[in-house]
Amino acid sequence: MSAADAENPLVKGLERLPVHPTVLVIFGATGDLAKRKLLPALYNLAHEGALPERFHLIGVSRRDKANEDFAGEADKAIRSFSRREPDDKVLSALLAEVKYVPGTFDDPAVYTALKTELDAFDAAAGQPLNRAFYLSTAPEFFPVIVEALGTAGLTESAGQSEVRVIIEKPFGTTLAEAQDLNARVLSVLDESQVFRIDHYLGKETVQNMLAFRFANSMFEPLFNRNYIDNVQITAAEDIGIGTRAGYYDHAGALRDLVQNHMLQLLTLLCMEPPVDFSADEVRSEKVKVLHSIRPPHRDEVFRAQYGPGTAAGEDVAGYLQEDGVPAGSHTETYAALRLHVENWRWAGVPFYLRTGKRLARKVTEIAVTFKPVPHLAFGEEGSVGVRPNQLILTMQPNEGVSLSLGAKIPGNRMRIRPVNMEFLYGTAFMSQSPEAYERLIMDAMRGDATLFTRNDEVEAQWRICDPVVRRWEDEPEQLVQYPAGSQGPPEASELLLGDHVWRAI
Amino acid sequence: MEATASSRTTDGVWRERDTTPAAIEEAIRRLLNEAHAENASYVPARVMNLVCIVDKEWSGEIANRLRRVGRHHPSRTVVCAVEPRRTTLDAVATVAGPAETKPGDFAVLRETVLVTCGPQHLARLDTIVDPLVVTDLPTMVWSPHGHPEAVDALRGMSQIVLLDSVSEPDVGEALRRAADLAGELYVVDLAWLRSTPWRERIAATFDPATVREDLRLLSSVAIRHHPDSAAAALLLVGWLGSRLGWELSPLVSRGGAAGSRVGTAHARRQDVKLTLDADATMSVPGLAGVALESASGRALRFDRGEGGLRARYRHRQRGHEDVEREWTILGASRGEAGILGEGIRQALLRDPTYGPALEAALVLVR
Repeated sequence: MSAADAENPLVKGLERLPVHPTVLVIFGATGDLAKRKLLPALYNLAHEGALPERFHLIGVSRRDKANEDFAGEADKAIRSFSRREPDDKVLSALLAEVKYVPGTFDDPAVYTALKTELDAFDAAAGQPLNRAFYLSTAPEFFPVIVEALGTAGLTESAGQSEVRVIIEKPFGTTLAEAQDLNARVLSVLDESQVFRIDHYLGKETVQNMLAFRFANSMFEPLFNRNYIDNVQITAAEDIGIGTRAGYYDHAGALRDLVQNHMLQLLTLLCMEPPVDFSADEVRSEKVKVLHSIRPPHRDEVFRAQYGPGTAAGEDVAGYLQEDGVPAGSHTETYAALRLHVENWRWAGVPFYLRTGKRLARKVTEIAVTFKPVPHLAFGEEGSVGVRPNQLILTMQPNEGVSLSLGAKIPGNRMRIRPVNMEFLYGTAFMSQSPEAYERLIMDAMRGDATLFTRNDEVEAQWRICDPVVRRWEDEPEQLVQYPAGSQGPPEASELLLGDHVWRAI
Repeated sequence: MEATASSRTTDGVWRERDTTPAAIEEAIRRLLNEAHAENASYVPARVMNLVCIVDKEWSGEIANRLRRVGRHHPSRTVVCAVEPRRTTLDAVATVAGPAETKPGDFAVLRETVLVTCGPQHLARLDTIVDPLVVTDLPTMVWSPHGHPEAVDALRGMSQIVLLDSVSEPDVGEALRRAADLAGELYVVDLAWLRSTPWRERIAATFDPATVREDLRLLSSVAIRHHPDSAAAALLLVGWLGSRLGWELSPLVSRGGAAGSRVGTAHARRQDVKLTLDADATMSVPGLAGVALESASGRALRFDRGEGGLRARYRHRQRGHEDVEREWTILGASRGEAGILGEGIRQALLRDPTYGPALEAALVLVR
C-alpha cells in the first residue's frame, strides 16, 4: 500500500478533521438568509480556524455591484448577526478576496463569469479546489440553477476535487413537485453531491436524540409498543407570522413544520439502531420509519387558525388581520395529526403531532408516555395518585430530559404523586452550541450527508403529508379559530384516542 | 444574596475564619438551597470540579485568568491560596448566578470556594479538598505556582491535571513531570494546546492523497518559538515523530537556554533535520512559525500573520520553474485566556496522541 492509499497518520486525535480546499458559491448572496445566517456562520468558522486551509467565497445575486460593495455588505451583515464579536483581522482576511457575480439565475453569462472566477482560484492554488454551490434562493430557481451549472460544466469534478450542491428548504411544496425537483437535480448531479438542508438537523438538540437513544442502554429496551402508550410531539411558537405573510399563506403549518422538522423528530425517535453512523445507514433507518407510516385519514388530522387574542399581556391580531394575509384565507396556522408507525416495534402506539403559531409558549418537545403499572396497590385518596411515567425530551427553549416518577408524599399515609427527575443540558455542558448552519456548512464541505435529507427521505415525507395538503386545498372550509396566546383549539383533542390528553404547552 | 452590578451577577457569599472543610461544605449546600429558594430558575451546574493551588500573593491574577476563560468554565472551583506561615484555614464560599433571569428559563450557578491555607497543609491537601468537590464529577487540579507536593496529595481524588510545560524554567524537567503525572492522571498540557492549530494545519496540508507521500519524504522541520515555549516546539516535533514513526535522539543546544536546539531524526527513507529556534521578538507564549521541507523539493512554512497563519509554499523540480504560492489560513488568536479555556474544555475529552508525543519529546531532551 502506498502512502497515498494509507490513512493520513496526522489526523488521529484532532478535533477538526482536514477539509479539502474549497470555494463556496452562494446563490442569493444578498438575501436575508445569507445575511442573517450563512455569512455569520462562515465568519464564525473562520474565527475558529475551522474553514479549509484555502477557502474562497463567491456571491451570486441579481443586483449589479462590485466585489468591494458585496464585501462591504457582507462585513455589515456579519457584524450585525454574528454570535460573537468579530475580530477585525479575521473578518478582513475572510473578505479580502471575496468575489461577486451579478445576474439572473437563468442567464448563461452568469455561469460563464462564475467559471472564470472559479478557474482563477484553482490556478492561484495550483490545484482544483472543491466547489460547493449553496442555493439560498427562492425554490423555483433550484432546478434552474442546477441545470445551468450542469450546462456550464460546473458540476464535473476535476482531479481529486468534489462538486457539491446545497439546497435550502422547501424541497417542493407537494409530492409531485418534490419528485420533479429530485428528477431534475439528479439528472445533473449524483445523489452523493446533493445536500438538502433541513437546518433542524444541524441543531445540537436534535443530534442529542441519537446520543440519548443509542448511547444509553436503560431506555432502549422500553422503547416499543409493550411499554409505550403514546407519544406527543409538539412544536409550539408564541409568535405570529410577522412579516412572512407572503411565504406563510402559501405554506401553512403542515408544510412549514410538520412535513420536514416534525417528521424528522419522529424518525429519530422511532428508527432502529443503525449499523454505524454513516450518512446512508442513518438515513436508511429513517426512511424505513417513514415508509411505515400511512397518510392520516380525515379524522386523524385537524387544522385551525389563530384569532385575535392576548400574548405577553398585549392584544394581538388574529391571522386574518395580519398584514399581507388575503381576506378569507384558509391557510392553517395550527395543525395536529395522529400517525401510526406500522412496524413490529411501534404498531398500536399513536403518535400525536401538533404545531401552531401564537400559542401560549414557545416549546419543542417529545413526550413519551409509558403504559401504567398493571396493578395499583396504593390508595389514591387525598392525592393525585399514580400517573404513568413520562419521558420528556425538550429541544427548546431549555434542552433537557425529564422523567416523571411516582413518589411517596411525606407523611404517615402511603400517598403517591408524580415528581420530576430533570436533566438540563445547559448545566452539564456550559458551552455555547454552534449555530446549526455552521455545522451544516462544514459537513457539506466535508461531504458528510448524515444531517441532510436524502431524495427518498424527502419523497417519503411528502407521501405522508401530500394527501392531507391536497385534501385541505381541495376542500377549503371555515377554519376553527383559537385565541392567540392560548393552548390552541380544544377541538384538536378530538383526534386523541381513549383517555389521552394534550400536554399543556 | 447581594447583587453585584458590575458583573451583573447575584452572589450568595459565606465566609469564616479558622474554619473546617465540613463547615465549608455545609455552607455551600446552604447557599445553593438559598439561591434556589430565592429563584427557582437557579440550578447548579454539574460539569467539573477545578482545584487550583496558588500562592496567595498571586491569587488575584489567577482569579482574573479564570474569569476570562469565557464559555468554558468549571462548575465548582476550589482555590487553595497558600500563605506562608499560616496554620489555620480561612474560607470564602460564593454561589453566583446571573442577576436577571427570564421567566420559564433557567440560569446556572457557579460555585467558588477560596480556602486560604498554609504550606503545612499541602502534603495532606486531599483531606481538605475532598469534602469540597462535587462527588461523581471529574476533578481537575491546576497548580500554576508550583507546589508539586499539593498536586501529589490530590492524585488519588482527581482524574485530570492541568499544567503548562512552558511555564517551567527547565523544559526537560517540565516534560518529565508531565510524563510522571500522565502515568496516573489525564494530563492537559497548555503547551500542547498551543500547538493545536499548527498540528491541524500540518495534517491538512498532507491530507490530499497526492501529497501524502511527502510525509515519508520530510527532510527538515524547523520551528520558531517564544523563548519560554520550547516545550510547545518539542511536543510538536514529538507529535510528528510519534505519528510518522521517526527514530529520535537528543537535540543539541546552541546559544544558551534561549537559543536553538538542533538534531536529526531518522525516518525510514532519510534523515530529518530538526531545528528549534527561540524567537526573542515574539511577545506571547507559543509558536511563531513552522517550516517543513521534503526530499521531493516541496517546502512549506506557516507563520503567525494577520487574521490567521500565513502559508508559503514552494516547489522546486529539476527542469521546471519553481512554483511559489502564499495564502492566509483563517483563524483568530485564542490569547492566553482562550488557551486556558480550551484546557478546561479538553479536560472532558481524551487526546490519544499527547502521550506518545510527550514520550517522543522526552527523548529529544534526554
